[in-house]
Amino acid sequence: MTTISDEPSSKVSFWYDPKVRSIISQLILVGLIAWGLYALVTNTIHNLERLNIASGFKFLSTEAGFTLIQSWIPYDKSATYLRAFMVGLINTFYVAIVGIFLATILGFLVGIARLSKSWIISRVATVYVEVLRNIPLLLQIIIWYKILLLLSPDKRGSISILGIGEMNVTGLWTSKFIAHDGFWVTGIAIGIALVLAWKVSRWAHKRQDATGQQFPSFWAGLGIVIGLPLLVFFATGSPGVIESPEFVSEGPMLRRGFKTGVGFVFIPEFLALLFALVLYTATFIAEIVRAGILAVDHGQTEAAGALGLRRGTILRQVVIPQAMRVIIPPLTSQYLNLTKNSSLAMAIGYPDVMGAGGIVLNQSGQAVEMIIMIMVVYLTFSLVTSVFMNWYNAKMSMVER
Amino acid sequence: MATIKDHARHYVRTEMLPEQAPPAGEVGMRKWLWDNVFSSMTNFSTIGAAISSILMIVLTLAVIALFWWVIVVLYKFGWQDAIWSGTDGSFCRPEDNKGKVPIGTDIGACWPFITNRIGQFMNGFYPEAERWRIYLTYIIGAPLIAGLLMPSVPRKGLNAILLFVAFPIVATILLSGGGIEIAGSTWIFWAVVFAICLAVLFGIQMATGAKGLLMSGGKVVLMAAIAIFAILFALSFDFGLPFVETSKWGGLMLTLVIGLTGIVVSLPLGIVLALGRRSQMPAVRLASTIFIEVWRGVPLITVLFMSSVMLPLFFAEGVSFDKLIRALIVVALFSSAYMAEVVRGGLQAIPKGQYEGSQALGLSYWQTTFLITMPQALKLVIPGIVNTFIGLFKDTTLVSIIGLYDFLGILDSALQDTNWLAPTNQMTGFLFMAVVYWVFCFSMSRYSMYTENRLHTGHKR
Repeated sequence: MTTISDEPSSKVSFWYDPKVRSIISQLILVGLIAWGLYALVTNTIHNLERLNIASGFKFLSTEAGFTLIQSWIPYDKSATYLRAFMVGLINTFYVAIVGIFLATILGFLVGIARLSKSWIISRVATVYVEVLRNIPLLLQIIIWYKILLLLSPDKRGSISILGIGEMNVTGLWTSKFIAHDGFWVTGIAIGIALVLAWKVSRWAHKRQDATGQQFPSFWAGLGIVIGLPLLVFFATGSPGVIESPEFVSEGPMLRRGFKTGVGFVFIPEFLALLFALVLYTATFIAEIVRAGILAVDHGQTEAAGALGLRRGTILRQVVIPQAMRVIIPPLTSQYLNLTKNSSLAMAIGYPDVMGAGGIVLNQSGQAVEMIIMIMVVYLTFSLVTSVFMNWYNAKMSMVER
Repeated sequence: MATIKDHARHYVRTEMLPEQAPPAGEVGMRKWLWDNVFSSMTNFSTIGAAISSILMIVLTLAVIALFWWVIVVLYKFGWQDAIWSGTDGSFCRPEDNKGKVPIGTDIGACWPFITNRIGQFMNGFYPEAERWRIYLTYIIGAPLIAGLLMPSVPRKGLNAILLFVAFPIVATILLSGGGIEIAGSTWIFWAVVFAICLAVLFGIQMATGAKGLLMSGGKVVLMAAIAIFAILFALSFDFGLPFVETSKWGGLMLTLVIGLTGIVVSLPLGIVLALGRRSQMPAVRLASTIFIEVWRGVPLITVLFMSSVMLPLFFAEGVSFDKLIRALIVVALFSSAYMAEVVRGGLQAIPKGQYEGSQALGLSYWQTTFLITMPQALKLVIPGIVNTFIGLFKDTTLVSIIGLYDFLGILDSALQDTNWLAPTNQMTGFLFMAVVYWVFCFSMSRYSMYTENRLHTGHKR
């Protein structure tokens, strides 16, 4: 724009040289940002001094002095703030992993149901999606929590939830498996079985590619994964027991109810959060799945049909593998959303990283440090997600012709 | 020829037979039901087909049963057992709890709890005598928004300026009462900023001899100065309206204030950030990318927490904002990061020929951006913008966690009223909130779908 001729033109003024302009404006921007950060940091340090708050992460080794209603690692009042934070971190992982697993299943089912030829099923799926995704998640979490507490019997009673366990306001109590010495052999067997199943499926694929002969690799794999560990488990003398929750229905009133520490309990906060997260995120996943399936050219389905494949086979072997390329990037960001949304848990008192971190923040008064720690946790999640997405996109674009 | 005609006369009919009715299974309800409901569950020709038919039957019945159960529960709670009138909580309490509902009767939704305090749900603790100001704001804002959303209404540019610049100022004055004390230092600060700008322009002109720089640059600076001082003056002018502090704002009005502030700030800021992320200048690109990714990487609740505990520490001693303004700042920054990605998507969809063409015509970067590419990109991403707004609108509920009385938060304070203690109040409130949020979000999502369809002409299968 500035010069057309090749020779450096001296007529163009210094100010109109795009390079100079770009450098100047970048310098101004960097200067402004640096000035802003400097002001922020000095103000903060000054304010902290004024309020007599010591900065630094030393407070993390202080005794916490509060209890948390759910923890996967040993934790009590005398544990440190850092441990409380770790408990919260693990609880976030816990609800996120279970939530992602269930939301994916439900989302795929609903997404496929929306495309069903059956009017009833597709309409009900549509109504479900349109209703639940247009109601704020926070409201849904609170509603589920209240409904759960309203419907469950009190501490001294219980109702049985078919096939899962028994429930009252203290939570949903189910059996738990307790491993004894020697269970590690079974653990190794599980690993071997997984590798073996994977090998079988690889071999079956190769053979089918070469000879066209099919092999029921799914059933064979399932058999290996279930059968081998079971066999090893019994061969090593059944090192482990299943512990059922104990419900005390006799004796003094105050002693009645579930015995703490026996069996496994899903606390109502967790259940409500999980319900809401799964039902809400599944609506978005359903839309992604639907869009992904619709993005596969109809000719693919027709061609597969012309080759004589069944409807189910067409869906499994032709449509979904192609749709996955469209589905996976937005799906990953939904997983990230679910993880971030799990921070709403603090509204109902589930001790996730935000909830536990919030208590630590309030007790210790170390706002800056705690907020930074919480943010770093979530930023790490999103960084890992975006690294995965970049890797996936690169892999997929190589496959493309 | 003639012979063929004569021959044909013997077997070609001269008039049409009357149309026969199609077979009963091929029309109307029966055909529709057969095609859309039963076709997937009546194939028993092979074992596989039979299994899938049976599965379909079971699934359909289960789905119908579940759906029906939900409908019945909602109908029973919200209509059949609901209590429709009353002047205090006793109308919704059973008799054994000093109420007026006979023992043994199911108590459904307590609607008078909602209708009696609908004003509070809508306007929070805003003084009743001053509520006309809120309604006036709605009356001014609604046609502006409607005008911008309806494709057939002309003068979109003027409309946008009115909605994004004039309306926020008018709304601020109306809602807060205006007459905001603006410190002398603020006036001086802006005066100094503009003076420095002019001085820099003048200096460059002197140093490099770039003619007309002071004239053209000065015009922009002068216009900005007039705008800023006009806004400062308008905000500080006393219109005689009583001041209503933001702690009294609440209900749906607060939700709308947060949502609209978010969109009004995030759209321009998002455009700037999107341009920054696509910029050729590495420092600009890096700064924009970091800003966008950090805000998008953390949940809103953490930044809201930051606004309530960390933001006060960031400012110099003596500078303090109230809770609402702090929340507004972070909500606006948060949504700008999302908006930036939406706008960037639109810019990426503009064919390269548009850039090249405008460069060939000799347009500058800013002319290319604001006359050629940005208008097209923004038009493309209207659905995305609306979807971001839906997300923002749903996310406004989070401010109730940091103690603001938005539409969801106001329910908590309403439940504290001892005159209105009743067992089903909370659920009634939840049902009401859910319906209101749903109506807002659903209609917005329909609008977004409508624009999407309008823009995708001729690509449908």
